[in-house]
Amino acid sequence: MNGVEGYMYPNEITLYWSVLIVLYPYITGLVAGAFILASLERVFRVEAVKPTYRLALLTALAFLLVAPLPLVLHLGHPFRSPEMYFTPHSTSAMAMFGYVYMWYLMAVLVFEIWLDYRREIVLLSQSSTGLLRLIYKVMTLGSTNISPRSLAIDERVGWIVTLIGIPSAFLLHGYVGFIFGSIKANPWWSSPLMPVVFIFSAMVSGIAGVMLLYMGINKLRKQAIDMRCVDTIAMYMFYIYIIDFSLEMLDLVHRIYEANESFNSLNFMVHTKLYFSQIVLQICLGTITPLVLLFLTQVVKLPEIARKYMYVISGCLALIGVLAMRWNVVIGGQLFSKSFLGYTTYKMALATKEGLIVAIFLTLLPLLFLWVLVKLLPPWPEKSAPAPAAAD
Amino acid sequence: MSVFKDAGHLFRFAGLFVLAFLVFLVVRHYVVPKSFGEYGHYRGAAMGEIAAHPAKFAGHDTCEACHSDVADKKSKGKHAHVNCEACHGALFQRLPNPEQPRPNLYKRFVALIIPPAPPDSPLLRHAEDPSSVKPEMPDTAVLCARCHTASAAKPKGFPQVAPADHSNGVPCETCHQPHNPAIDAGGAK
Repeated sequence: MNGVEGYMYPNEITLYWSVLIVLYPYITGLVAGAFILASLERVFRVEAVKPTYRLALLTALAFLLVAPLPLVLHLGHPFRSPEMYFTPHSTSAMAMFGYVYMWYLMAVLVFEIWLDYRREIVLLSQSSTGLLRLIYKVMTLGSTNISPRSLAIDERVGWIVTLIGIPSAFLLHGYVGFIFGSIKANPWWSSPLMPVVFIFSAMVSGIAGVMLLYMGINKLRKQAIDMRCVDTIAMYMFYIYIIDFSLEMLDLVHRIYEANESFNSLNFMVHTKLYFSQIVLQICLGTITPLVLLFLTQVVKLPEIARKYMYVISGCLALIGVLAMRWNVVIGGQLFSKSFLGYTTYKMALATKEGLIVAIFLTLLPLLFLWVLVKLLPPWPEKSAPAPAAAD
Repeated sequence: MSVFKDAGHLFRFAGLFVLAFLVFLVVRHYVVPKSFGEYGHYRGAAMGEIAAHPAKFAGHDTCEACHSDVADKKSKGKHAHVNCEACHGALFQRLPNPEQPRPNLYKRFVALIIPPAPPDSPLLRHAEDPSSVKPEMPDTAVLCARCHTASAAKPKGFPQVAPADHSNGVPCETCHQPHNPAIDAGGAK
């Protein structure tokens, strides 16, 4: 049979979880990571990253809106997906995702963004015209009270929401890792470290994503990049990447030392089918190279331009490395037979419901959403703030 | 109570949540089938609907009522416990009922995206109408290979061959009589 070596059980020959299921944890991870970056300023008072606070929140929202799409497209009966909400199954981790997602979307992200932008929304609802005015008016929920006291209440409530948001972000992405880590029949996935590794890699990708967006948008807007901010973000990214890499290596060393009955099969796979995506892309190019670059920026006094280039390169490589990690987990876990006697091949389709074109579209769609959100709720300081209107 | 006045917008946001939850409950009331959860996490009425599906397999007793000679031969060989329809296919399938009610709008919409299964072949009604409907003879070169192609997952004592090396395309029944496959039991010749 084409693409099959050795013996595969009949239900293992075709991969059921396609590239869209690779994108799902990747996009969700970007959400969690971006939110954690935003929380650095709000909860941990890291003032240096303040210029990225709002952009991080909007990025998290843009990616969160797209996060369930790969899953819905993967379903045989997409129209049945709302049944997950209507008939909740409390003992199925996968079925409870809808509630975890809805909690994070509405109770954390939308609420926090609304609180943070309320003053601007009220002012814009008074200064804008046409359809935009109507949109801003709806967003005010009919309240134009932006008195100092009400804004102070917003600040306090926003802080509490962010505080709740941190464990929620861990829950959202830890849950994604849990889905894989709890599948005891698959030795490639079954590991209690999986949720932890997912969270830390999510933080790396989210922070790298927001850093690149911040640098890219400022370049497009011809605005100066706040180097203190980018230096601080890169420092956090470096520290978190070290933890992430250490955890991944711990998992690897544990598997090698334990060398259980699945080891030969997994070892063969890493040296053949996953060699490029795991050894070359994930470990060498996507992890060690950005770590070395970030290490250099921490220990060597480099000129600003050099630091910028190194941050951009390490950010891009980190995003590629984390995507490769998701690929190796999702696709890698389906390439070998659970009889440990054979291997199959994943051939990505091009223009099908779960093909490459759809995957590229879903990767770019959050950027379109972000563009709309940035137009609607500009994340940078106002050039000339309109005078506050009277409170109601 | 200026605290409540200055926090009024928060109550509005909370009100939005309450409203969304109420809408959710109303929609849920209408879309969740009444029998859902009757026996478990599924629609209870589905049990009756599935049980009402017409039978597709006649069962080996029905076959043996006419084909006693084959049943006798089969009982002496290794295939004694293989049911007739495992190789010959389901032989009690019925044609779709022309008086079936027209599917509802949702089912027609879904059928546009997911094509329904083709109707059963009339050749499979042999058990219902044995004199006029004769099933096709299975191609043994394909049929036997389904079970007897060598695989590491099969028990060692199970007869397994690499069909291309073993017969080089010659149909299995040339040497093995399918109802009693041992060579010494005689092939079809």
